[in-house]
Amino acid sequence: MNNSTSLITIFIGMVLINNMVLAKFLGLCPFFGVSKKLSNAISMGIAVTLVMLLASLATSVIYNYILVPFNVEFMNIIIYIVVIASLVQIVEITIRRTNILLYNALGIYLPLITTNCAVLGITIINASAGYSILQSIVSATGAGVGFTLVLIIMSGIRERLEVAEIPKSMRGLPVAFITAAFLALAFMGFGGLL
Amino acid sequence: MNQLKETTTGKKFWVEFAKGIIITNPVFVLVLGLCPTLAVTSSIDNALGMGAGVIFVLLGSNIIISLIRKITPAMVRIPVFIVVIATFVTILSLVFEAYIPPLYESLGIYLALIVVNCIILGRAEAFAQKSSVLYSIADALGIGIGFTISLLIVSFFREILGTGSLSVFGFTLFSIPVLSETPMAFFIMPPGAFLVLGLLLALFRWLGVLKNE
Repeated sequence: MNNSTSLITIFIGMVLINNMVLAKFLGLCPFFGVSKKLSNAISMGIAVTLVMLLASLATSVIYNYILVPFNVEFMNIIIYIVVIASLVQIVEITIRRTNILLYNALGIYLPLITTNCAVLGITIINASAGYSILQSIVSATGAGVGFTLVLIIMSGIRERLEVAEIPKSMRGLPVAFITAAFLALAFMGFGGLL
Repeated sequence: MNQLKETTTGKKFWVEFAKGIIITNPVFVLVLGLCPTLAVTSSIDNALGMGAGVIFVLLGSNIIISLIRKITPAMVRIPVFIVVIATFVTILSLVFEAYIPPLYESLGIYLALIVVNCIILGRAEAFAQKSSVLYSIADALGIGIGFTISLLIVSFFREILGTGSLSVFGFTLFSIPVLSETPMAFFIMPPGAFLVLGLLLALFRWLGVLKNE
């Protein structure tokens, strides 16, 4: 369908315009759960980007070379979720065996990523847009960078909110949602970019 | 004796059913399943469609997981649950595509993403794998209806403020004179979703329905 879309358009579109969190509402649990501290936000962002990239590569190969030739595209939900769940396990084991420092930094976030809707979301977006394998990789990288960017911005704002005077019933989640609303409003300004 | 057992079963069924609607309301109390809550609440129609879809998947997966709970090895239970849930989501998405294509189009990828809705896996893990089929049905209906009601509350405000009128399946229930000519389109766009949910959470806390942090 969009096979002529240039790679740079896909990348910028995924980072700024169709931002995973603010425009597509994907990955909200880590967005509100892990954005209280900047260091955690960066680790989570890197872990999600890594898994998104690998998952998009694996699922677009499966989609283009197995599901489409055999006409079983409707099986994509079941196959994708199994691929993502096993991929997260493999990544976790590999990081634990090779780099214990990285494992200590990312370890607790990896199991959470299986049920992170952003990862399944990007694979389904790639499939429904009819992206080739290269385009899928670029769009997954863009999505991961966009997710990390918003997570970092949000954690910066929330560190300030900690010391602000906020009405009692607004503290915590409600004010985080309202902050996200204004952040999303700001990101809508990128809409005219492409 | 038999009658007594029957009444307690019936009572417990209603207790499990009712708790999901208010005490453990998935959206406002547990704050789970946020992606669909924000994404599909731009209109009442979408909210109803998503609610019906989640009730179907939750009911199906709770029944199956409860039936196989004694033969599921604890080590691989999560992959088993996910495959069961994904099967029901595939069925749902094929049914929607075949019979209600407009709804299928407007729900888009969020229909497939019911698989990773934390509410459904959460109920499988926390309830269905250790309860009988009957209570699992009650739990699924309660949580599912609680979720649908939350979606309807959010979409009610978003549709009225964002379009100035309220319509269900093509019938306009009412429209507000000035607002419907110059609607605040902000509310049916993504930022409006965050704002409405944030203010509703704050409102429920202020009213004392929810606990403050």
